[in-house]
Amino acid sequence: MGSATSELPSRMPLSDTAETGLKIVVVGGFGVGKTTLVRSVSEIRPLNTEEVMTQAGIGVDETSDVAAKTTTTVAFDFGRISLNERVVLYLFGAPGQERFWFLWDRLFSGTLGAVVLVDTRRMDDSWYAIDRLEHHKTPFVVAVNRFDDASPHSLDEIRQALALPDHVPLIDCDARVRSSGKDVLITLVDHLYALAMAQEMTP
Amino acid sequence: MTPRRPVDVGDPDRLYTVTGGRSRADDDSFDLVTLVVSECEPTAGMQSEHVRILETCKHPTAVVEVAAEMKLPITVVRILLGDLLAMGRITARHPRAAGSAAAIPDSALLKEVLHGLRNI
Ligand SMILES: Nc1nc2c(ncn2[C@@H]2O[C@H](COP(=O)(O)OP(=O)(O)OP(=O)(O)O)[C@@H](O)[C@H]2O)c(=O)[nH]1
Ligand SMILES: [Mg+2]
Repeated sequence: MGSATSELPSRMPLSDTAETGLKIVVVGGFGVGKTTLVRSVSEIRPLNTEEVMTQAGIGVDETSDVAAKTTTTVAFDFGRISLNERVVLYLFGAPGQERFWFLWDRLFSGTLGAVVLVDTRRMDDSWYAIDRLEHHKTPFVVAVNRFDDASPHSLDEIRQALALPDHVPLIDCDARVRSSGKDVLITLVDHLYALAMAQEMTP
Repeated sequence: MTPRRPVDVGDPDRLYTVTGGRSRADDDSFDLVTLVVSECEPTAGMQSEHVRILETCKHPTAVVEVAAEMKLPITVVRILLGDLLAMGRITARHPRAAGSAAAIPDSALLKEVLHGLRNI
């Protein structure tokens, strides 16, 4: 972990009035900046945890020919934002690899929505995540973590490359910058709000 | 890039011991973000994991935070929490949308979230 983590407390109790926990998931390929984004907006240092599957024959990697494998582990990290006295938002950074999606329902059912974090140098990593989110009917936005981009593709080009439908918000971000991470979250929740309003208008 | 190192609990024997041989929670009543609150002090002779949960949850603490704090997989923590809930030693504040896979929450809650985010 980088030294920037030391500024955030690893433990900080919630207010005793906290009653509603919410989830947002950040998915993306390895090293795309998921933990960095979570850290930049979190009030606690990102913590790491994992889920294991112990049933035989389930969650076995496609590449594995060992049918009797009994344990599959998915690790993810998370941060936290106390939105007000009662509502607290948990932000999960999770790798989009195959076995992770197997646990999606178990871990992230009821999630508000997702952020797909994209690195333009490895765009292929994002395809799978976008496909799975559509499959799970989870609303999402796509954020392009620009790093120090030497070949700046325009957002239009990226939208085309990802075959992203027009209704899915697509934005630039710098995962290291708090205000930028905040903008990504607001873009997602704005999107959700529009969806909720549309749904509430439908008789 | 930091290599991912799983926490040291993948050992099935260890899981078996902690949970009394169970590998699954009986129900899925504990969401990752269900907030858990202790309702009593630990007592002598209590299982050490139960003691740690009661100490961790003096203030509302999400299931996922309990898991991270104890370095145990979510599944195991859910089982332990189920025990404590059955004994009335903790209470659980469940998220609204739990269970419904893809329902969009009402606009009033989302407005609250937006307001909160703008203030961070
Ligand atoms: N220059 C630059 N570096 C970044 C940016 N975002 C992340 N990084 C760096 O890229 C590296 C990977 O970032 P992480 O946040 O660890 O990525 P991750 O997606 O959590 O990685 P894994 O969990 O290992 O898959 C770290 O060294 C970050 O400091 C960015 O916007 N610009
Ligand atoms: Mg990470």
